[in-house]
Amino acid sequence: MSLPRVLRQPWPVRLAYAAFLTFWCVLAAFPILWITVMSVKEPVDAFAPNALDVITGPATRAAGRGISIPDLVLVAGLLAAGGALWKIRLRPVLFDSSRSLLGRLAIGAAAALATGALLAAAPAFSATVSPWFGALGKPLVGATLEHYEAVWIRNAFYRNFSNSMLVTGGVVLISLTCGTLAGYGLSRSGARIAFWVLIIALVFRALPHSVLVAGYLPWFINSADLLRPLLGDAAPTLYGKPWAVIAVLVAINQPFTIWLLRSFFQSIPTELDEAARVDGCSHFQAFRLVIMPVMWPGVLTAGLFSFLLGYNDYLVTSLLLDAQNQTMVPAITSYFNAETTMRDQVEAVAAAVSITAPLLLLILAFQRQIVSGLTAGAVKG
Amino acid sequence: MKTRALLVFIAPSVVMMLVFIALPLTTVFWQSFHVSQPVFETVRVENCTTSFLSQVCTTEEKTRPVLGPDGKMQMRSSFVGLSSYANVLEMGKAFAALADRNWRALMAINFWKALRFTLTFTFLTLPIVLLLGVTLALAVDSAARSLRGSIIFVSLLPFIITPVIGALSIKWLFIGDGILTSLLETWLQRDVAVFAQSWSIELIMMFYRVWHVAPFAFLIFYASLQTVNRDTLESAIIDGASRWERVRYVVLPHLAPVLVFVTLIHLMDSYRVFEEIVGFSSQAHVISLQWLTYDFLKPDDSGNRSISRASASAMLTMIGVVVLLAPLLRRTWADFRGSRP
Repeated sequence: MSLPRVLRQPWPVRLAYAAFLTFWCVLAAFPILWITVMSVKEPVDAFAPNALDVITGPATRAAGRGISIPDLVLVAGLLAAGGALWKIRLRPVLFDSSRSLLGRLAIGAAAALATGALLAAAPAFSATVSPWFGALGKPLVGATLEHYEAVWIRNAFYRNFSNSMLVTGGVVLISLTCGTLAGYGLSRSGARIAFWVLIIALVFRALPHSVLVAGYLPWFINSADLLRPLLGDAAPTLYGKPWAVIAVLVAINQPFTIWLLRSFFQSIPTELDEAARVDGCSHFQAFRLVIMPVMWPGVLTAGLFSFLLGYNDYLVTSLLLDAQNQTMVPAITSYFNAETTMRDQVEAVAAAVSITAPLLLLILAFQRQIVSGLTAGAVKG
Repeated sequence: MKTRALLVFIAPSVVMMLVFIALPLTTVFWQSFHVSQPVFETVRVENCTTSFLSQVCTTEEKTRPVLGPDGKMQMRSSFVGLSSYANVLEMGKAFAALADRNWRALMAINFWKALRFTLTFTFLTLPIVLLLGVTLALAVDSAARSLRGSIIFVSLLPFIITPVIGALSIKWLFIGDGILTSLLETWLQRDVAVFAQSWSIELIMMFYRVWHVAPFAFLIFYASLQTVNRDTLESAIIDGASRWERVRYVVLPHLAPVLVFVTLIHLMDSYRVFEEIVGFSSQAHVISLQWLTYDFLKPDDSGNRSISRASASAMLTMIGVVVLLAPLLRRTWADFRGSRP
């Protein structure tokens, strides 16, 4: 789109903006890129004072681990093959809405699994292939996956990962179910009570989470004794149970969710559900048949924020979960105690990168929806 | 929609909030005035040792916890009035420090130290976040359309990253002889230890927070910029408004409601600063109000949690946030009331 000449900016302004944006992008991406680089290096390299040493990793290279020319060729070949396969076979199938959702999901999962298996097998394959090339097979840049191996396999990080997924999944599911209903109801009502619910929710949004946890802890620890008269011997101790934490996080997240979804539903014309009501639907039928098909962009945005809250939480999970149900974020702090070695530090870096990776995938997949959802929703709130 | 139908729709959400937010609040309020301690009894114990010719018997008084029928220690909670608050606030020491005009002594008390940091942190980061957010939004809005997607993607990185991890990733750049520390050292020609004194830690924490939340402000502003009235802009140009005047008189007024929204969210979020303390492990130098409560709640070496003190500090934190947000909440309330159909 070409703007009229008056609206176009003079070059000094454009240059300043360009410089500013470049600076910001570097600033935004640098720490994350850098810890990714650190996580594949031997400790000496990872914490080297010289930036070039961190990137090339002389100590890691000396240990014979790294990416060599044959590896690069291999990776390029795989990427080309994968790209072609994606373009010709996978993309048409995955985004073909005429096929069944379940089948598409299965194919997607199979493709992801195959990619994962290839990635896992790559280092071993490269180790057997590299010696065949003699001097050419020497690594150019030091890189090793040993820290990831230590974190995920030796320290059983997969257990924390599945706990995180359980908690996050539960939070997203329940908070969206409650939140959409409440958001829709509030957007279609001018009653006094709707007004007060929203104002009180806003006040609740401001509460520091530690205040709430201070309220839960005694109850949760003693819940078995307190609930025994009601539930008999089946009375659970809520402390340490993932589903108790899910309930807590859902409640903490409700205020933001209902505000966001309320403003989103307000942008859906009332005529839609009024027409359905005229045709004899109940409120709930109108919601299900008319509103549900058009609400997914808003729900997706709210879901992303719920996901971030559940996945990123440290305070609630570290206080209310016991060691065996611990999620990933509190688990990482176990690397920092009195006897932390350099190697532990790099393992913590690898764990940090592992925690960040799913979030990256998430915004890769949903970036457009985040922006459009905010445009439609939160802005008016 | 009738009120009855509304109640059905909001019931699940309201019940969740009542049970898991309102109820714990009342509990915290109650706990802050009560202390729960094991019940002790004093018993006379006669110890006799067998020795030659005569037994030697001593009686002594012992205090021991009373065990309930289930073999656990019996706990009793007693009303202690404001003493938990007094323990947290340490007003005696604080007044003495104030009388002496001894800032250092006042800052030796955990609560006042935490309050000082929390407030400085909140009010110093706020203007920077707003300014950076607006500038980014204006810059991206005037960038080429093909570049916008990638810029937004990169900008989202600091926002979505787990706060503890984000703080750690910045800490690792500075720790020991990390690359940024060595860069600073070659530049300043002196030894730099970023994590050895509190002012540099605070500076890095604020930098981290701005880095972490500016993208959110940017996204909200950017989304709002998309709805600026083009006609108004064009008439401003016809009236001869300069570039700056257009921003000042057309764009910024359009952003005003969103500015209030972002300010509100930022005040709420930065007042509960906590993850930075964990990520930068700065508790020896810098602590925040929420960290103070967290520390009381954590079991100490003997496994006890000082629930009562935690509740007192939680209540004080809450009073703080209400005072801080009162003007903005009132404004929202009034706006909202006015806009209601």
